[in-house]
Parts: sequence; structure tokens; C-alpha cells
Amino acid sequence: MRRILLIVQKEFIQIWRDKTMKPLLIAMPIIQLAILSYTADFTVKNINLFVQDQDHSALSQKLIDKIGASDNFNLQAVSPVYNDGFNQIQKNNIDVILSIPEHFSRDFNSGRKTALFIAADAINSTKAGISMNYLQNIIKNFGEEQAVEKGFSGLNPGIIVSKRNWYNPNLNYKFFMVPGIMTLLVTMIALFLSGMNIVREKEIGTIEQLNVTPIKKYQFIIGKLLPFLIIGLFEFTIGLAVALLWFRVPFLGSIGLIYLFTAVYLVLILGIGMFISTITDTQQQALFLSWFFSVIFILMSGLFTPIESMPVWAQKITLFNPIRYYVEVIRLVMLKGSAFSSIKLNFLIISVAAVVVNLLAMLNYRKTA
Amino acid sequence: MIAIQNISKSYGDVKALNSISFRVEKGQLFGLIGPDGSGKTSLFRILTSLLKPTSGKATVAGFNTVTDYKDIRKIVGYMPERFSLYMDLTVEENLKFFATVFNTTIRENYHLIEEIYQMLEPFKNRRAGDLSGGMKQKLALSCALIHKPEILLLDEPTTGVDPVSRKDFWDILKKLQKSGITTLVSTPFMDDAELCDEVALVQKGEILKMDTPQNLANGFPHKLWKIVSENNYRTLKVLDEFETKISAFSFGNSVHLATGDDVDEQAIVNHLKQHNVKLISIAIIKAHIEDVFMDLMSHEKGSS
Repeated sequence: MRRILLIVQKEFIQIWRDKTMKPLLIAMPIIQLAILSYTADFTVKNINLFVQDQDHSALSQKLIDKIGASDNFNLQAVSPVYNDGFNQIQKNNIDVILSIPEHFSRDFNSGRKTALFIAADAINSTKAGISMNYLQNIIKNFGEEQAVEKGFSGLNPGIIVSKRNWYNPNLNYKFFMVPGIMTLLVTMIALFLSGMNIVREKEIGTIEQLNVTPIKKYQFIIGKLLPFLIIGLFEFTIGLAVALLWFRVPFLGSIGLIYLFTAVYLVLILGIGMFISTITDTQQQALFLSWFFSVIFILMSGLFTPIESMPVWAQKITLFNPIRYYVEVIRLVMLKGSAFSSIKLNFLIISVAAVVVNLLAMLNYRKTA
Repeated sequence: MIAIQNISKSYGDVKALNSISFRVEKGQLFGLIGPDGSGKTSLFRILTSLLKPTSGKATVAGFNTVTDYKDIRKIVGYMPERFSLYMDLTVEENLKFFATVFNTTIRENYHLIEEIYQMLEPFKNRRAGDLSGGMKQKLALSCALIHKPEILLLDEPTTGVDPVSRKDFWDILKKLQKSGITTLVSTPFMDDAELCDEVALVQKGEILKMDTPQNLANGFPHKLWKIVSENNYRTLKVLDEFETKISAFSFGNSVHLATGDDVDEQAIVNHLKQHNVKLISIAIIKAHIEDVFMDLMSHEKGSS
């Protein structure tokens, strides 16, 4: 016990004296949360729109005004020539073209069917899809409004769908992203700190001196793990504070539960880092391996893309991804107020994995070559 | 205290140690002398149980280095070749750390390190990374001594240390010896060798010769001349053509020439004169341990 505390104390002194590390540990969670939460936004804004108006009627002008008034679209130009717009797409100035046909107003007012045409720059397929969707919605609304105004009862749909978004009524993407980014933060810090640590002692040569002492493997690993566990929880606290106080993310669940899960999760991630540390000889190798794992873990975590929309084989791989379980839990507990009973499977999986990985790291750490 | 029997260590095809055997008696100061890459560090790592030998057996204080490594780690003080204390901890913190690791305190064994630590005391709040080479060495020795080891294993402790600190260091080793500590030390410096009780000359993983420094020097089998001239390099070249030469090496500002017993001074002087070497002095000298080593090495080269 005394030896474990000794190593913990040593690690803290070393981190405290590290001129780069100390400010980084405080600044990193704040910067990451602040920047990523604003940028990782899936709503599409500032879509540059070109309208080919071949009708030049009051009705077409009304439609153009309505689209122009939306937050999502910037009306760049209106012209009767389609190719004016297409040339601008090629120059990357225009994202979407809306083409209003001749006799649009005449056909509509006489109750006949009329067709509009939308073309989008689909290099970014997500953005194109979302843009077209927005535009269709606006046009559909417009059509309904005009039909009501003109008394065309036939156009009114018989079924009225009303919507309610549970747990995030205004579909505030930040409520969804901020907890996700917190998990990313905790994971990165824990993985990199522990991944680089033992290997650093190898590189500097201090491990050579340590290995001839009677320190036991478990004392060494636990002594290394504890300081990072404390730092990880500290980082999580900063992240949580930013999420609650700045982004006003609702917190419905239990604080204790979320800290308990985070602690167990940290032990797992630190164990992975320790394991990386034991199989590498230089900090460079450890860095590459840590990056390799964190990129896969992050992209396959359900943080940015829903796991349900991944191919089945990829979904199976995500079962081995610790971030997946953590993201799930943190969103459930924070936004939905879930209790332990609804996250106990995740808790069990992460706990077992934490024990296994740390045992592996301990067995793999050799004092003798 | 240390018994090494037919120890070999290979790294793939490279043989670092080739069936080495020797013993270090209790209280001895034993020197391993050899150039870089002669296998000294591998031997130290085997003795400290950090490395398993490919074949052979070694015991330290009766403990087998492979099976009883836990016991060995309690009684051995090891100073690796590379400075391996925490650069970002202070002198005092490093010492305290290693004392605590061994379940002891600085105070308990202060008498062992007192003399060294007094030299370090003015810098005790300085970080180890900011110390000079000599001070680092002293700190490393203090840390290796703080748990009162029976055996000290010092791998090239004086490499990269200035001559004054080197002398201090050897004075300390001598004093430690008097207090009963057995020491195995490696060094590439021949003048360090003279301070040991017994030395083994190592080259390419093999022991060329082992004896007291005195006996080694006395056992030099040739006549040895010290030749001082205006140009060492030219003298060496010219001596290449001297038929009765056995070996010739540059030693500082002179050349040491080994010849058979029948060669006389006049023959050498004449040879040098013929080749326009301006001779300043020539004299027969007593061999130094370095001469023995150079001589042995040149045979090695000749045979391989």
C-alpha cells in the first residue's frame, strides 16, 4: 500500500511539474467542448440557392420570398436561364437550384397539377439530401397555404400528423452532442495519458532502475492507474460543469450513477492504455497505437452516426467498442434520467472488460526481458 | 559473492556473451574492463535479473539470477549505464522515492551515503535533470546505496564524468569496500582498472585475461619502449616497417612499442633515423595495464 501511494505521489509531482501538461489538462476539456459542440452540428445552414423563374408571376414571387425568408437558405440569384445556375454550381457558388416552370401560376390557380424541379450539388450527399428535404417542406407548406387561401379543399391532406420530440423537445442538437463529446474527452485523456506513461519510463530508462527494486507488478500498475483515474474524473467534472452551466444541457439522472459508471469506464480505458504501454518500446509507437484505437472507437461509437445505420458486420464490431456503451449510458442518464436498472447491462460489460484488460496489462508488463 | 558459470547470451545471431565464467569474492572490488559493445552491460542485466541468459548459470549471494530474482532485487544496488533516475524529481525526492520503494528511510541508512550526500546537499532541491554529470553519478550511487545493499553492480559509472569527479567517485567506492560491500564495476577506462582488486579484460563477449592489475601489468610478455618524437603519427607509420616490432600504439604524446627481448635501443633509433623521424627520447618502461590490454586485443584481431 505504501509503495502504491508512493508511485501515485510521484506521478502527481511529475504531472504538476510538467509545464505543458498542467495547463493542457485544464484547457483541453473546455476548448474541446466549446469548439466541438458548436461545430459538430448536423443542421444545414446557409444553403446557397439559385431560382430559375420561368413564370414571373405573383405566385412564383411569393414562393421565392417564402424560401428566401427561411433561415436555412440564402437566395443568391433569380434568372430565367437554367444554365446560369448550373454554371454557378460548377464554380461552387450555388448548392441548390429550384426551377419554376412556365404557367406555374396559371396551372396552380386553375387547380391543375404543376411540377417544380430541384437540382442539388450532391458532392456532400448528406448536405444535398437535407437541403432538398428542407426545400420540399417549404414548398409543400406553401402549396397547402395557397390551397387554403384559394379554397381548394381537395389538396388538404385528410390525415394530420402532429409531432412531439421527447427528451429534447426543440431538437437541440447540443443536448445530444455535448454529452457525447464529454465521453470523447474522457476517453482521449485517459487513453493517451496512460498509453504514454509506462513507455515513457522505458524510453527514459527509469524503468531499468525501478525493475531491480522489489516493487510488485500490481503495485506498479495500480500506482500508475490511480493518478490517471483521479485526473480523468477531474476532467469529467470540468466537462460536466461546462455542459450544465454553459450549454444548459438538462441533467435528469443521478450524479452518483454517472460518476460510478465513468470511474469504471476510466479503469477500462486506462487498462487499454497500460496494455499499449507494455507492448510498445517508444512513445511514438504508443502514440500511433493509441490513435489507431481512438479513431476507430470514436467513429464507431454512435457519437456522430447512429449505430443502427451501420452495416450489420460493423454493428457487431461496435459491440467491442467501449465508447459505444459509455455514450449510450451518458445520454440515457443525462437526458432521459435512466436509473441503474436500465444501464446495468452496459455496466456489467464495461466492468468485466475493465478487469480483463487490466489483468492482461499486468501479466504483460515484464520486469525481465 | 557473485559466481558466473559459462554464461552466454545471444540476440539472434549476435553473441553478446560467449561462455563467460568468473567469481567475485566477498568484499572485493572487481573491475570489468572492455570497450563498448564487449558485452559488459548484458552481463550486468543478467546479474540484476533483468535479462535471462541464453545458457549458463549465475548466482548473486547464492541466489540464482533466474529463479531467485526476488531475493536478488532486495540485496543488490544497481546503477545502469544510462542515468535512470527521475529527471523531473529533485535530488531529495529521488532519494526518498528509492528509499521508500525498499521500505526504508533516508535516515536509517544515512551513514552509508553520508559522504556522497554531503556533496549533493547544496543541490538537494534541484531537479535531477539539472545536475552536472558528476553530480548525477553521485546521486545515482546514493540511490543505489540507500537500501544498504550487500552487492553493488555499477555499469560504467564514470563514463561522461570529468576526471576530478571520477577520482572522487573511486575514492567513495574504496571507502564502501572497507565497509564490506562487494562491488562489480565496469569501465572502459584503463586507469580505473588499476584501482580494482581484480580485473577481467573483456572483448567481444569473452574474457581475455583475469588477474590483479599488478599481476597483469607484470605479466606483459615483451620489452616495452616509450618513444617520444615530433610526430607520433609518422612514427607509428614508420614503425610498421620495423621488422622486429610486435606491436605499436599511440599513448598520448608518445608511442609504446613492444618488441622481443633481443632488440636493442640502437636498432630502433637507427630505423627511425633512416626514415627521417626526429626522435626526442626513447626509454624502456614498465608495462601498464593498458599495454596488456592493447597487446591482447591485437592478438585477437590477428587471429580472427
